[in-house]
Amino acid sequence: MSADAPLVRLRGVGKTFDTGLRALDGLDLDVREGETLTLLGPSGCGKSTALRMMAGLIAPSEGAVSWRTGARPEIGFVFQEPTLMPWASVEDNVWLPLRLRGVSKARARAAVDEALERVGLADFARSLPRELSGGMKMRVSIARALATRPALLLLDEPFAALDEITRFKLNDDLLRLRETMRATIVFVTHSVYESVYLSTRICTFSARPGRVTQEIAVEAPARRDAAFRASPAFAQTCQRASAALERAYGLEDAP
Amino acid sequence: MTRRLETLAPWLAFALALAGWEAMVRLNETPPYILPAPSLVLRTLVADWDILSAALLVTLRTTLLALALASAGGLALALVFARWRWSERALFPFAVVLQVTPIIAIAPLLLVYLETEAAVLACAFIVAFFPILSNAVLGLRSADRNLVELYELYGASRWAQLRLLRLPSALPYFLGGLRIGGGLALIGAIVAEIAAGAAGKGAGLAFRIVEAGYRLNVPRMFAALTLVSLAGIAIYVAFSALSRLSLRRWHDSEA
Ligand SMILES: Nc1ncnc2c1ncn2[C@@H]1O[C@H](COP(=O)(O)OP(=O)(O)O)[C@@H](O)[C@H]1O
Ligand SMILES: [Mg+2]
Repeated sequence: MSADAPLVRLRGVGKTFDTGLRALDGLDLDVREGETLTLLGPSGCGKSTALRMMAGLIAPSEGAVSWRTGARPEIGFVFQEPTLMPWASVEDNVWLPLRLRGVSKARARAAVDEALERVGLADFARSLPRELSGGMKMRVSIARALATRPALLLLDEPFAALDEITRFKLNDDLLRLRETMRATIVFVTHSVYESVYLSTRICTFSARPGRVTQEIAVEAPARRDAAFRASPAFAQTCQRASAALERAYGLEDAP
Repeated sequence: MTRRLETLAPWLAFALALAGWEAMVRLNETPPYILPAPSLVLRTLVADWDILSAALLVTLRTTLLALALASAGGLALALVFARWRWSERALFPFAVVLQVTPIIAIAPLLLVYLETEAAVLACAFIVAFFPILSNAVLGLRSADRNLVELYELYGASRWAQLRLLRLPSALPYFLGGLRIGGGLALIGAIVAEIAAGAAGKGAGLAFRIVEAGYRLNVPRMFAALTLVSLAGIAIYVAFSALSRLSLRRWHDSEA
């Protein structure tokens, strides 16, 4: 494939679970190199299912998932919950992806320290997860996803369980990370504001079985900050995204 | 003040009960072959220490050996169950049958087939085995589903998944099983010794109780009984301490 082919391509993807539940139907989606793509939709519409497919964790029932590189690229995955091993220290949790590939702790040292540095937790390397706040645990989870320097970062509603102030803070951290890492990001959320603030492109999902109903490009200044959040462009994009969801769900059901 | 009372209360109650017992026996001049006073029980314990301590050692050794075997066997079988689902379906019913059949009904049969010592050991093993097995099975299965997916994402081997994720997740459950199994192993050993004692064989504490019963040596019966209780308490306290020591850093149950 050519160099500007999408990093991940989903074509005509459907998924029916063993339970008979149909989660996705006719999903077409491209993830382009360098973008931050948000999958936006209410819970239960199949966003996580689509994300886990991009990670190669589950296979589609119909259709195809393909990666530009042929094989699956290096992927970092962040769940809604921090999903840390409670018995392992922060640094051991971040070491895990490398450890599973046979990298000793000594050789992983630099990568682990760098990942912790990036999320601002260098001082907490020896702490246990239980000693950290919810927001800090989420950062550890992000650092773990960064440890392998992934080409593709998949985040599944990572901040949904956090309070708003912490969420804003982590949103800004993620933006800064993106500037320095140049990773491609796919971000799942049910928050319209979060999707507009973070992403370069939004795909709204239909009700289950999920597929993409609309694509919205986000016009934003180079630097996204509180001023961007207060700008007319931000409000306008939010309105467009909300309208897309309303069309898909009807007024009453819009999130 | 109330706090101190709370810590002292059980000891006070215990001391009062003993004092009441002592007073009642003395006031009524109850003969020792009906009910010995606590002071007499204590004196018997000292006087018969050689016989009783040897018996205690026999019972304790059987109990701990049975517990060790049940732990190793229970964990090994749980690992087999976790690895091959069908093996659990095939074998678990046997474990349940062993569990629901009262040990007192099995003991005479084992005494026919085996040497006394081996039969007592087998009884203690049987009763300790089930809780350890079922807790270990539960524990191995309780690993966080998202963490399991994360291990898959990074291509972890089965062995790595077991060692780094499933076994640590199972530890709190396994220790809980051990704590229950420890008490039960003692009960199993005592039951089997009583069954053996009826046939005039054996060397453990319960055998001494039966033997003293035949001779109407009630104070010695009480002294042996006291040792049985103390052994049970010691086992419980030891395993609670083990559990606390190994879990308190990360598990909520021992925080
Ligand atoms: N492994 C599974 N087996 C059966 N049903 C599932 C499974 N995973 C998800 N589902 C169901 O598929 C639907 C879509 O789930 P999900 O992709 O998690 O939605 P979202 O992330 O948008 O909230 C839900 O109804 C969910 O219950
Ligand atoms: Mg989801």
